[in-house]
Amino acid sequence: MDLIQKNLLEQIADLHEVPEGAYNIRANGESAGSNTTANIDIVKKEDKDGIDIIIKAGTKNESVHIPVLLSQSGIQEMVYNDFYIGENADVTIVAGCGIHNGGANDSKHDGIHTFYIGKNAKVKYVERHYGSGDGNGERIMNPETVIHLEEGAVLEMETTQIKGIDSTNRITRGDLAAGATLEVREKLMTHGKQYARTDFSVDLNGDGCSANIISRSVAKDESRQEFFSNINGNSVCSGHSECDAIIMDKAVVAASPQLTAANIDASLIHEAAIGKIAGEQLIKLMTLGLTEAEAEEQIINGFLK
Amino acid sequence: MLELKNICYEVETEKGKKEILKNVNLKIDEHFVAITGPNGGGKSTLAKMIAGIIQPTSGQILLDGEDITNLGITERANKGISFAFQQPVHFKGLTVKDLISIAAGKKMSVTDVCDILSEVGLCARNYVNREINNSLSGGELKRIEIAMILARSTKLSIFDEPEAGIDLWSFTSLIKVFEKMRDDINGTILIISHQEKILEIADKIVVIAAGEIENEGKKEDILPSLLYKTTSCQNLTDKQ
Repeated sequence: MDLIQKNLLEQIADLHEVPEGAYNIRANGESAGSNTTANIDIVKKEDKDGIDIIIKAGTKNESVHIPVLLSQSGIQEMVYNDFYIGENADVTIVAGCGIHNGGANDSKHDGIHTFYIGKNAKVKYVERHYGSGDGNGERIMNPETVIHLEEGAVLEMETTQIKGIDSTNRITRGDLAAGATLEVREKLMTHGKQYARTDFSVDLNGDGCSANIISRSVAKDESRQEFFSNINGNSVCSGHSECDAIIMDKAVVAASPQLTAANIDASLIHEAAIGKIAGEQLIKLMTLGLTEAEAEEQIINGFLK
Repeated sequence: MLELKNICYEVETEKGKKEILKNVNLKIDEHFVAITGPNGGGKSTLAKMIAGIIQPTSGQILLDGEDITNLGITERANKGISFAFQQPVHFKGLTVKDLISIAAGKKMSVTDVCDILSEVGLCARNYVNREINNSLSGGELKRIEIAMILARSTKLSIFDEPEAGIDLWSFTSLIKVFEKMRDDINGTILIISHQEKILEIADKIVVIAAGEIENEGKKEDILPSLLYKTTSCQNLTDKQ
Protein backbone atom coordinates (compact mmCIF):
# COMPACT_ATOMS: atom_id res chain seq x y z
CA MET A 1 0.00 0.00 0.00
CA ASP A 2 1.33 3.49 -0.80
CA LEU A 3 1.23 6.52 1.51
CA ILE A 4 -1.96 7.94 0.04
CA GLN A 5 -3.74 4.64 0.55
CA LYS A 6 -2.38 4.36 4.09
CA ASN A 7 -3.68 7.83 4.88
CA LEU A 8 -7.12 6.96 3.50
CA LEU A 9 -7.12 3.78 5.57
CA GLU A 10 -6.31 5.73 8.70
CA GLN A 11 -9.05 8.26 8.00
CA ILE A 12 -11.82 5.76 7.40
CA ALA A 13 -10.90 2.96 9.78
CA ASP A 14 -8.33 4.32 12.28
CA LEU A 15 -6.01 1.66 10.91
CA HIS A 16 -2.28 2.12 10.54
CA GLU A 17 -1.57 -1.40 9.34
CA VAL A 18 -3.68 -4.39 8.39
CA PRO A 19 -6.28 -5.01 11.08
CA GLU A 20 -6.58 -7.97 13.40
CA GLY A 21 -9.22 -10.58 12.73
CA ALA A 22 -11.12 -10.89 9.49
CA TYR A 23 -10.62 -8.27 6.81
CA ASN A 24 -10.77 -7.52 3.15
CA ILE A 25 -9.07 -4.42 1.81
CA ARG A 26 -10.12 -3.30 -1.63
CA ALA A 27 -7.81 -0.81 -3.32
CA ASN A 28 -8.46 0.62 -6.81
CA GLY A 29 -10.84 -2.20 -7.64
CA GLU A 30 -8.45 -5.00 -6.63
CA SER A 31 -8.08 -6.96 -3.41
CA ALA A 32 -5.15 -5.61 -1.40
CA GLY A 33 -5.27 -8.25 1.29
CA SER A 34 -7.79 -10.50 2.93
CA ASN A 35 -8.00 -12.67 6.01
CA THR A 36 -10.63 -14.98 7.42
CA THR A 37 -11.02 -16.54 10.84
CA ALA A 38 -12.52 -19.79 12.11
CA ASN A 39 -15.87 -18.04 12.52
CA ILE A 40 -15.82 -15.43 9.78
CA ASP A 41 -15.55 -16.31 6.14
CA ILE A 42 -15.11 -13.89 3.26
CA VAL A 43 -15.98 -15.17 -0.21
CA LYS A 44 -15.53 -13.32 -3.48
CA LYS A 45 -18.70 -13.13 -5.55
CA GLU A 46 -18.66 -15.01 -8.86
CA ASP A 47 -21.42 -13.18 -10.70
CA LYS A 48 -20.58 -9.56 -9.83
CA ASP A 49 -18.10 -7.36 -8.05
CA GLY A 50 -18.14 -7.78 -4.29
CA ILE A 51 -17.89 -10.23 -1.42
CA ASP A 52 -20.04 -12.29 0.91
CA ILE A 53 -19.17 -12.06 4.57
CA ILE A 54 -20.45 -15.06 6.46
CA ILE A 55 -20.39 -15.01 10.23
CA LYS A 56 -21.16 -18.22 12.12
CA ALA A 57 -23.95 -18.37 14.68
CA GLY A 58 -22.76 -17.58 18.18
CA THR A 59 -19.58 -15.74 17.11
CA LYS A 60 -18.70 -13.31 19.91
CA ASN A 61 -16.41 -10.31 20.16
CA GLU A 62 -14.95 -10.58 16.67
CA SER A 63 -14.60 -7.87 14.08
CA VAL A 64 -14.50 -7.56 10.31
CA HIS A 65 -12.87 -4.68 8.47
CA ILE A 66 -13.73 -4.13 4.82
CA PRO A 67 -12.31 -0.75 3.79
CA VAL A 68 -12.41 0.44 0.19
CA LEU A 69 -9.70 2.75 -1.14
CA LEU A 70 -9.65 4.66 -4.41
CA SER A 71 -6.48 6.55 -5.16
CA GLN A 72 -6.36 6.48 -8.98
CA SER A 73 -8.26 9.33 -10.58
CA GLY A 74 -11.12 8.23 -12.81
CA ILE A 75 -11.96 4.89 -11.23
CA GLN A 76 -15.66 4.09 -11.19
CA GLU A 77 -17.02 1.00 -9.52
CA MET A 78 -20.16 -0.67 -8.27
CA VAL A 79 -19.69 -3.18 -5.45
CA TYR A 80 -22.12 -5.58 -3.79
CA ASN A 81 -21.26 -6.80 -0.30
CA ASP A 82 -23.60 -9.15 1.52
CA PHE A 83 -23.36 -9.90 5.23
CA TYR A 84 -24.84 -13.08 6.64
CA ILE A 85 -24.80 -12.94 10.43
CA GLY A 86 -25.71 -16.09 12.32
CA GLU A 87 -28.03 -16.27 15.30
CA ASN A 88 -26.77 -14.93 18.63
CA ALA A 89 -23.56 -13.57 17.14
CA ASP A 90 -22.13 -10.34 18.57
CA VAL A 91 -19.72 -8.67 16.15
CA THR A 92 -18.37 -5.35 14.92
CA ILE A 93 -18.15 -4.56 11.24
CA VAL A 94 -16.08 -1.62 10.05
CA ALA A 95 -16.63 -0.54 6.47
CA GLY A 96 -15.98 2.76 4.77
CA CYS A 97 -14.53 4.27 1.68
CA GLY A 98 -11.76 6.74 1.08
CA ILE A 99 -11.26 8.43 -2.27
CA HIS A 100 -8.15 10.38 -3.14
CA ASN A 101 -8.58 12.14 -6.43
CA GLY A 102 -5.59 14.11 -7.62
CA GLY A 103 -6.60 14.04 -11.27
CA ALA A 104 -9.10 15.52 -13.69
CA ASN A 105 -11.47 12.56 -13.97
CA ASP A 106 -14.35 11.78 -11.64
CA SER A 107 -13.78 8.94 -9.16
CA LYS A 108 -16.86 7.11 -8.04
CA HIS A 109 -17.65 4.32 -5.62
CA ASP A 110 -21.15 2.92 -5.45
CA GLY A 111 -21.76 0.17 -2.97
CA ILE A 112 -24.72 -1.83 -1.77
CA HIS A 113 -24.30 -3.47 1.61
CA THR A 114 -27.00 -5.93 2.50
CA PHE A 115 -27.27 -7.31 6.01
CA TYR A 116 -29.10 -10.50 6.90
CA ILE A 117 -28.98 -10.49 10.68
CA GLY A 118 -30.12 -13.67 12.40
CA LYS A 119 -32.24 -14.06 15.51
CA ASN A 120 -30.91 -12.27 18.60
CA ALA A 121 -27.65 -11.40 16.86
CA LYS A 122 -26.06 -8.06 17.65
CA VAL A 123 -24.05 -6.07 15.14
CA LYS A 124 -22.22 -2.82 15.43
CA TYR A 125 -21.67 -1.39 11.98
CA VAL A 126 -19.32 1.55 11.50
CA GLU A 127 -19.03 3.25 8.15
CA ARG A 128 -16.92 6.28 7.33
CA HIS A 129 -16.58 8.15 4.07
CA TYR A 130 -13.74 10.48 3.31
CA GLY A 131 -12.24 12.25 0.35
CA SER A 132 -8.94 14.00 -0.31
CA GLY A 133 -6.85 15.26 -3.21
CA ASP A 134 -6.93 18.53 -5.12
CA GLY A 135 -7.70 17.32 -8.63
CA ASN A 136 -10.60 18.78 -10.59
CA GLY A 137 -12.24 15.36 -10.84
CA GLU A 138 -15.13 14.88 -8.49
CA ARG A 139 -15.17 12.39 -5.62
CA ILE A 140 -18.52 10.68 -5.69
CA MET A 141 -19.88 8.07 -3.31
CA ASN A 142 -23.29 6.46 -3.26
CA PRO A 143 -23.60 3.99 -0.42
CA GLU A 144 -26.75 1.94 -0.03
CA THR A 145 -27.39 -0.09 3.10
CA VAL A 146 -30.14 -2.66 3.24
CA ILE A 147 -30.85 -4.19 6.63
CA HIS A 148 -32.99 -7.24 7.39
CA LEU A 149 -33.33 -7.83 11.10
CA GLU A 150 -34.80 -11.09 12.32
CA GLU A 151 -36.52 -11.52 15.67
CA GLY A 152 -34.64 -9.90 18.52
CA ALA A 153 -31.73 -8.85 16.31
CA VAL A 154 -29.94 -5.56 16.94
CA LEU A 155 -28.01 -3.32 14.54
CA GLU A 156 -26.24 -0.18 15.68
CA MET A 157 -25.03 1.78 12.70
CA GLU A 158 -22.67 4.75 12.82
CA THR A 159 -22.24 6.45 9.51
CA THR A 160 -19.99 9.42 9.05
CA GLN A 161 -19.02 11.65 6.16
CA ILE A 162 -17.03 14.62 7.36
CA LYS A 163 -14.85 15.73 4.53
CA GLY A 164 -14.06 15.68 0.89
CA ILE A 165 -17.00 13.96 -0.81
CA ASP A 166 -18.39 16.13 -3.60
CA SER A 167 -21.58 14.27 -4.20
CA THR A 168 -23.32 11.54 -2.29
CA ASN A 169 -26.66 9.80 -2.24
CA ARG A 170 -26.88 7.79 0.94
CA ILE A 171 -29.71 5.30 1.03
CA THR A 172 -30.64 3.16 4.01
CA ARG A 173 -33.47 0.64 3.99
CA GLY A 174 -34.51 -1.57 6.88
CA ASP A 175 -37.13 -4.09 7.88
CA LEU A 176 -37.54 -5.32 11.41
CA ALA A 177 -39.12 -8.47 12.79
CA ALA A 178 -40.55 -8.78 16.31
CA GLY A 179 -38.36 -7.41 19.07
CA ALA A 180 -35.63 -6.22 16.69
CA THR A 181 -33.81 -2.93 17.26
CA LEU A 182 -32.24 -0.54 14.77
CA GLU A 183 -30.15 2.40 15.95
CA VAL A 184 -28.66 4.73 13.34
CA ARG A 185 -26.40 7.68 14.01
CA GLU A 186 -25.44 9.73 11.02
CA LYS A 187 -22.88 12.53 11.03
CA LEU A 188 -22.48 14.62 7.95
CA MET A 189 -20.56 17.72 7.00
CA THR A 190 -20.52 19.33 3.59
CA HIS A 191 -18.51 22.28 2.37
CA GLY A 192 -17.64 24.08 -0.87
CA LYS A 193 -20.21 23.18 -3.51
CA GLN A 194 -20.82 19.64 -2.23
CA TYR A 195 -24.15 17.90 -2.33
CA ALA A 196 -25.37 15.23 0.06
CA ARG A 197 -28.66 13.44 0.00
CA THR A 198 -29.58 11.07 2.75
CA ASP A 199 -32.62 8.86 2.62
CA PHE A 200 -33.85 6.47 5.31
CA SER A 201 -36.83 4.19 5.04
CA VAL A 202 -37.63 1.67 7.74
CA ASP A 203 -40.50 -0.82 8.04
CA LEU A 204 -41.35 -1.76 11.60
CA ASN A 205 -43.10 -5.04 10.94
CA GLY A 206 -42.86 -7.14 14.10
CA ASP A 207 -44.43 -6.41 17.47
CA GLY A 208 -42.06 -4.84 19.97
CA CYS A 209 -39.49 -3.70 17.43
CA SER A 210 -38.00 -0.23 17.47
CA ALA A 211 -35.98 2.12 15.31
CA ASN A 212 -34.11 5.24 16.31
CA ILE A 213 -32.54 7.34 13.56
CA ILE A 214 -30.48 10.34 14.53
CA SER A 215 -28.85 12.56 11.94
CA ARG A 216 -26.65 15.52 12.76
CA SER A 217 -25.24 17.60 9.98
CA VAL A 218 -23.35 20.78 9.25
CA ALA A 219 -23.66 22.51 5.88
CA LYS A 220 -21.00 25.11 5.11
CA ASP A 221 -20.21 27.43 2.20
CA GLU A 222 -22.51 26.83 -0.78
CA SER A 223 -23.13 23.16 -0.09
CA ARG A 224 -26.56 21.54 -0.25
CA GLN A 225 -28.08 18.79 1.86
CA GLU A 226 -31.35 16.95 1.64
CA PHE A 227 -32.67 14.69 4.37
CA PHE A 228 -35.48 12.22 3.85
CA SER A 229 -36.76 9.75 6.38
CA ASN A 230 -39.74 7.49 6.36
CA ILE A 231 -40.72 5.26 9.23
CA ASN A 232 -43.58 2.85 8.66
CA GLY A 233 -45.13 1.51 11.85
CA ASN A 234 -46.93 -1.68 10.87
CA SER A 235 -47.05 -3.28 14.31
CA VAL A 236 -46.92 -2.55 18.03
CA CYS A 237 -43.65 -0.69 17.68
CA SER A 238 -41.81 2.51 18.39
CA GLY A 239 -39.99 4.67 15.90
CA HIS A 240 -38.09 7.90 16.39
CA SER A 241 -36.20 10.00 13.91
CA GLU A 242 -34.36 13.21 14.52
CA CYS A 243 -32.52 15.43 12.09
CA ASP A 244 -30.63 18.36 13.42
CA ALA A 245 -28.69 20.59 11.06
CA ILE A 246 -26.41 23.58 11.51
CA ILE A 247 -26.48 25.82 8.49
CA MET A 248 -23.67 28.27 7.68
CA ASP A 249 -22.71 30.73 4.99
CA LYS A 250 -24.84 30.23 1.86
CA ALA A 251 -25.66 26.56 2.37
CA VAL A 252 -29.09 25.06 1.80
CA VAL A 253 -30.60 22.29 3.92
CA ALA A 254 -33.95 20.59 3.34
CA ALA A 255 -35.52 18.09 5.71
CA SER A 256 -38.47 15.92 4.70
CA PRO A 257 -39.44 13.59 7.48
CA GLN A 258 -42.35 11.23 7.07
CA LEU A 259 -44.12 8.91 9.47
CA THR A 260 -46.75 6.37 8.54
CA ALA A 261 -48.63 4.46 11.23
CA ALA A 262 -50.62 1.45 10.08
CA ASN A 263 -51.22 0.04 13.53
CA ILE A 264 -53.08 1.73 16.36
CA ASP A 265 -50.26 0.84 18.76
CA ALA A 266 -47.45 2.20 16.61
CA SER A 267 -45.76 5.07 18.39
CA LEU A 268 -43.82 7.28 15.98
CA ILE A 269 -42.02 10.55 16.60
CA HIS A 270 -40.05 12.85 14.38
CA GLU A 271 -37.97 15.85 15.38
CA ALA A 272 -36.34 18.21 12.92
CA ALA A 273 -34.36 21.37 13.45
CA ILE A 274 -32.31 23.51 11.08
CA GLY A 275 -30.59 26.66 12.24
CA LYS A 276 -27.39 28.61 12.40
CA ILE A 277 -25.00 28.46 15.35
CA ALA A 278 -26.63 30.36 18.17
CA GLY A 279 -25.00 33.75 18.76
CA GLU A 280 -24.97 33.19 22.50
CA GLN A 281 -22.93 29.99 22.05
CA LEU A 282 -20.27 31.94 20.17
CA ILE A 283 -20.31 34.74 22.76
CA LYS A 284 -20.00 32.29 25.65
CA LEU A 285 -16.93 30.65 24.16
CA MET A 286 -15.43 34.03 23.27
CA THR A 287 -15.77 35.13 26.92
CA LEU A 288 -13.64 32.06 27.68
CA GLY A 289 -10.90 33.47 25.44
CA LEU A 290 -11.56 31.83 22.06
CA THR A 291 -11.71 33.82 18.84
CA GLU A 292 -14.94 33.68 16.89
CA ALA A 293 -13.44 31.20 14.41
CA GLU A 294 -12.13 28.97 17.20
CA ALA A 295 -15.50 29.10 18.93
CA GLU A 296 -17.24 28.05 15.72
CA GLU A 297 -14.85 25.14 15.30
CA GLN A 298 -15.43 23.92 18.86
CA ILE A 299 -19.20 24.10 18.46
CA ILE A 300 -19.14 22.13 15.20
CA ASN A 301 -16.71 19.53 16.53
CA GLY A 302 -18.88 19.01 19.58
CA PHE A 303 -22.05 18.81 17.52
CA LEU A 304 -20.59 16.13 15.23
CA LYS A 305 -18.72 14.26 17.94
CA MET B 1 -8.55 48.16 38.86
CA LEU B 2 -11.73 48.59 36.80
CA GLU B 3 -12.94 52.06 36.01
CA LEU B 4 -16.01 53.19 34.09
CA LYS B 5 -15.95 56.79 32.89
CA ASN B 6 -19.05 58.63 31.69
CA ILE B 7 -20.65 55.48 30.32
CA CYS B 8 -23.81 56.10 28.28
CA TYR B 9 -25.82 53.52 26.39
CA GLU B 10 -28.77 54.31 24.18
CA VAL B 11 -30.98 52.02 22.15
CA GLU B 12 -33.49 52.78 19.42
CA THR B 13 -37.06 51.83 20.29
CA GLU B 14 -40.37 52.41 18.55
CA LYS B 15 -40.87 55.44 20.73
CA GLY B 16 -37.47 56.87 19.84
CA LYS B 17 -34.20 56.75 21.72
CA LYS B 18 -34.09 55.22 25.16
CA GLU B 19 -31.24 55.72 27.59
CA ILE B 20 -30.34 52.47 29.34
CA LEU B 21 -27.24 53.82 31.08
CA LYS B 22 -26.84 57.50 31.85
CA ASN B 23 -23.38 58.81 32.49
CA VAL B 24 -22.23 56.04 34.79
CA ASN B 25 -18.97 56.64 36.65
CA LEU B 26 -17.68 53.83 38.79
CA LYS B 27 -14.37 52.66 40.27
CA ILE B 28 -13.97 49.11 41.45
CA ASP B 29 -10.88 48.33 43.51
CA GLU B 30 -12.45 46.19 46.23
CA HIS B 31 -12.25 42.41 46.40
CA PHE B 32 -15.96 41.57 46.39
CA VAL B 33 -18.40 44.07 44.91
CA ALA B 34 -22.16 43.57 44.56
CA ILE B 35 -24.31 45.52 42.13
CA THR B 36 -27.98 45.59 42.97
CA GLY B 37 -31.12 47.56 42.13
CA PRO B 38 -34.53 47.12 40.54
CA ASN B 39 -35.09 45.03 37.41
CA GLY B 40 -34.59 46.94 34.20
CA GLY B 41 -32.24 49.39 35.89
CA GLY B 42 -29.25 48.60 33.64
CA LYS B 43 -27.23 46.18 35.79
CA SER B 44 -26.92 43.36 33.27
CA THR B 45 -26.25 45.85 30.49
CA LEU B 46 -23.36 47.20 32.50
CA ALA B 47 -21.95 43.71 33.13
CA LYS B 48 -22.18 42.80 29.44
CA MET B 49 -20.49 46.07 28.58
CA ILE B 50 -17.53 45.27 30.84
CA ALA B 51 -17.21 41.85 29.15
CA GLY B 52 -17.33 43.49 25.70
CA ILE B 53 -20.63 41.95 24.59
CA ILE B 54 -22.25 45.40 24.38
CA GLN B 55 -20.45 48.54 23.22
CA PRO B 56 -21.22 51.79 25.04
CA THR B 57 -22.66 54.69 23.03
CA SER B 58 -20.07 56.89 24.71
CA GLY B 59 -17.64 56.72 27.61
CA GLN B 60 -14.55 54.74 28.53
CA ILE B 61 -13.75 51.47 30.25
CA LEU B 62 -10.33 51.12 31.87
CA LEU B 63 -8.79 47.94 33.19
CA ASP B 64 -5.69 48.55 35.31
CA GLY B 65 -5.45 51.95 33.67
CA GLU B 66 -5.57 50.57 30.11
CA ASP B 67 -8.40 51.72 27.88
CA ILE B 68 -10.23 48.56 26.78
CA THR B 69 -13.34 50.29 25.39
CA ASN B 70 -12.62 49.28 21.81
CA LEU B 71 -11.44 45.73 22.51
CA GLY B 72 -13.63 42.77 21.55
CA ILE B 73 -14.93 39.98 23.80
CA THR B 74 -12.00 37.62 23.14
CA GLU B 75 -9.36 40.28 23.76
CA ARG B 76 -10.97 41.32 27.03
CA ALA B 77 -11.25 37.68 28.09
CA ASN B 78 -7.54 37.30 27.45
CA LYS B 79 -6.81 40.44 29.44
CA GLY B 80 -8.39 38.82 32.49
CA ILE B 81 -12.15 39.40 32.41
CA SER B 82 -14.49 36.47 33.01
CA PHE B 83 -18.25 36.61 32.72
CA ALA B 84 -20.81 34.13 34.05
CA PHE B 85 -24.09 34.42 32.17
CA GLN B 86 -27.41 34.84 33.91
CA GLN B 87 -28.85 32.19 31.57
CA PRO B 88 -26.25 29.48 30.95
CA VAL B 89 -25.94 28.55 27.28
CA HIS B 90 -26.69 25.02 26.06
CA PHE B 91 -24.28 23.21 23.75
CA LYS B 92 -25.18 20.08 21.82
CA GLY B 93 -22.31 17.65 22.01
CA LEU B 94 -19.94 19.71 24.16
CA THR B 95 -19.42 18.15 27.58
CA VAL B 96 -18.71 19.64 30.98
CA LYS B 97 -15.10 18.53 30.57
CA ASP B 98 -14.85 20.21 27.15
CA LEU B 99 -16.07 23.55 28.46
CA ILE B 100 -13.99 23.48 31.64
CA SER B 101 -10.94 22.68 29.50
CA ILE B 102 -11.69 25.54 27.09
CA ALA B 103 -12.14 27.85 30.10
CA ALA B 104 -8.86 26.75 31.64
CA GLY B 105 -7.14 27.19 28.27
CA LYS B 106 -5.39 23.84 28.52
CA LYS B 107 -6.04 20.15 28.30
CA MET B 108 -7.55 19.03 31.60
CA SER B 109 -7.42 15.58 33.09
CA VAL B 110 -10.55 14.11 34.64
CA THR B 111 -9.01 14.76 38.06
CA ASP B 112 -8.41 18.44 37.23
CA VAL B 113 -12.02 18.85 36.11
CA CYS B 114 -13.28 16.99 39.18
CA ASP B 115 -11.34 19.31 41.49
CA ILE B 116 -13.03 22.35 39.99
CA LEU B 117 -16.50 20.78 39.99
CA SER B 118 -16.10 19.87 43.64
CA GLU B 119 -15.46 23.54 44.37
CA VAL B 120 -18.96 24.37 43.17
CA GLY B 121 -20.51 21.47 45.04
CA LEU B 122 -21.03 19.03 42.18
CA CYS B 123 -20.27 15.38 42.70
CA ALA B 124 -17.75 15.51 39.94
CA ARG B 125 -17.49 12.06 38.39
CA ASN B 126 -21.19 12.06 37.51
CA TYR B 127 -20.81 15.24 35.52
CA VAL B 128 -17.51 15.18 33.66
CA ASN B 129 -18.90 13.65 30.48
CA ARG B 130 -22.38 15.10 30.59
CA GLU B 131 -23.47 17.29 27.70
CA ILE B 132 -24.22 20.93 28.46
CA ASN B 133 -27.90 20.73 27.59
CA ASN B 134 -31.32 20.64 29.20
CA SER B 135 -30.71 17.20 30.68
CA LEU B 136 -28.98 19.22 33.41
CA SER B 137 -31.09 21.18 35.88
CA GLY B 138 -30.97 24.97 36.16
CA GLY B 139 -28.98 24.71 39.38
CA GLU B 140 -26.47 22.31 37.82
CA LEU B 141 -25.99 24.54 34.79
CA LYS B 142 -25.42 27.54 37.05
CA ARG B 143 -22.78 25.69 39.01
CA ILE B 144 -21.02 24.61 35.81
CA GLU B 145 -21.18 28.23 34.63
CA ILE B 146 -19.47 29.25 37.88
CA ALA B 147 -16.97 26.39 37.58
CA MET B 148 -15.86 27.78 34.21
CA ILE B 149 -15.06 31.11 35.88
CA LEU B 150 -13.09 29.32 38.58
CA ALA B 151 -11.18 27.37 35.92
CA ARG B 152 -10.18 30.65 34.27
CA SER B 153 -9.19 32.25 37.57
CA THR B 154 -8.75 35.72 36.07
CA LYS B 155 -8.27 39.04 37.81
CA LEU B 156 -11.89 40.13 37.28
CA SER B 157 -14.81 37.71 37.55
CA ILE B 158 -18.30 38.99 36.79
CA PHE B 159 -21.43 37.06 37.77
CA ASP B 160 -24.81 38.12 36.45
CA GLU B 161 -27.49 37.09 38.95
CA PRO B 162 -26.12 33.67 39.86
CA GLU B 163 -29.24 33.09 41.95
CA ALA B 164 -31.66 33.57 39.03
CA GLY B 165 -33.63 30.49 38.07
CA ILE B 166 -32.51 28.20 40.85
CA ASP B 167 -34.42 26.82 43.79
CA LEU B 168 -33.95 27.89 47.37
CA TRP B 169 -32.21 24.65 48.28
CA SER B 170 -29.54 25.10 45.60
CA PHE B 171 -29.26 28.77 46.47
CA THR B 172 -28.26 28.11 50.07
CA SER B 173 -25.35 25.97 48.97
CA LEU B 174 -24.49 28.45 46.23
CA ILE B 175 -23.91 31.13 48.85
CA LYS B 176 -21.27 28.86 50.38
CA VAL B 177 -19.58 28.65 46.99
CA PHE B 178 -19.38 32.43 46.83
CA GLU B 179 -18.17 32.72 50.40
CA LYS B 180 -15.41 30.28 49.59
CA MET B 181 -14.59 32.09 46.38
CA ARG B 182 -14.36 35.38 48.26
CA ASP B 183 -11.79 33.81 50.55
CA ASP B 184 -9.82 31.95 47.83
CA ILE B 185 -9.80 34.13 44.72
CA ASN B 186 -7.11 36.74 44.43
CA GLY B 187 -8.79 39.00 41.90
CA THR B 188 -11.94 41.07 42.02
CA ILE B 189 -15.41 39.54 42.07
CA LEU B 190 -18.21 41.65 40.66
CA ILE B 191 -21.60 40.14 41.25
CA ILE B 192 -25.03 41.31 40.23
CA SER B 193 -27.58 40.14 42.73
CA HIS B 194 -30.88 40.83 44.43
CA GLN B 195 -30.13 38.49 47.29
CA GLU B 196 -29.54 39.87 50.74
CA LYS B 197 -27.30 36.91 51.56
CA ILE B 198 -24.96 37.79 48.72
CA LEU B 199 -25.03 41.51 49.50
CA GLU B 200 -24.10 40.60 53.07
CA ILE B 201 -20.78 39.10 52.02
CA ALA B 202 -19.82 42.04 49.76
CA ASP B 203 -17.18 44.60 50.64
CA LYS B 204 -18.91 47.23 48.56
CA ILE B 205 -22.46 47.62 47.24
CA VAL B 206 -23.45 49.64 44.18
CA VAL B 207 -27.11 50.44 43.61
CA ILE B 208 -28.15 51.04 40.03
CA ALA B 209 -31.65 52.29 39.20
CA ALA B 210 -33.05 53.80 36.02
CA GLY B 211 -29.63 53.66 34.36
CA GLU B 212 -27.87 55.65 37.04
CA ILE B 213 -25.81 54.94 40.10
CA GLU B 214 -28.21 55.74 42.88
CA ASN B 215 -25.89 54.89 45.71
CA GLU B 216 -22.55 53.21 46.39
CA GLY B 217 -20.45 52.54 49.40
CA LYS B 218 -19.48 50.06 52.07
CA LYS B 219 -21.90 47.25 52.79
CA GLU B 220 -22.50 48.58 56.30
CA ASP B 221 -23.64 51.92 54.93
CA ILE B 222 -25.76 50.75 52.00
CA LEU B 223 -27.41 47.52 53.12
CA PRO B 224 -29.63 48.95 55.91
CA SER B 225 -31.15 51.57 53.60
CA LEU B 226 -31.86 48.93 50.94
CA LEU B 227 -33.60 46.62 53.34
CA TYR B 228 -35.75 49.41 54.68
CA LYS B 229 -36.74 50.46 51.17
CA THR B 230 -38.29 47.19 50.04
CA THR B 231 -42.02 47.31 49.46
CA SER B 232 -42.87 44.44 51.75
CA CYS B 233 -41.18 46.15 54.67
CA GLN B 234 -43.02 49.37 53.95
CA ASN B 235 -46.34 47.56 53.85
CA LEU B 236 -45.61 45.97 57.17
CA THR B 237 -44.65 49.31 58.60
CA ASP B 238 -47.86 50.87 57.31
CA LYS B 239 -49.99 48.19 58.91
CA GLN B 240 -48.29 48.60 62.22
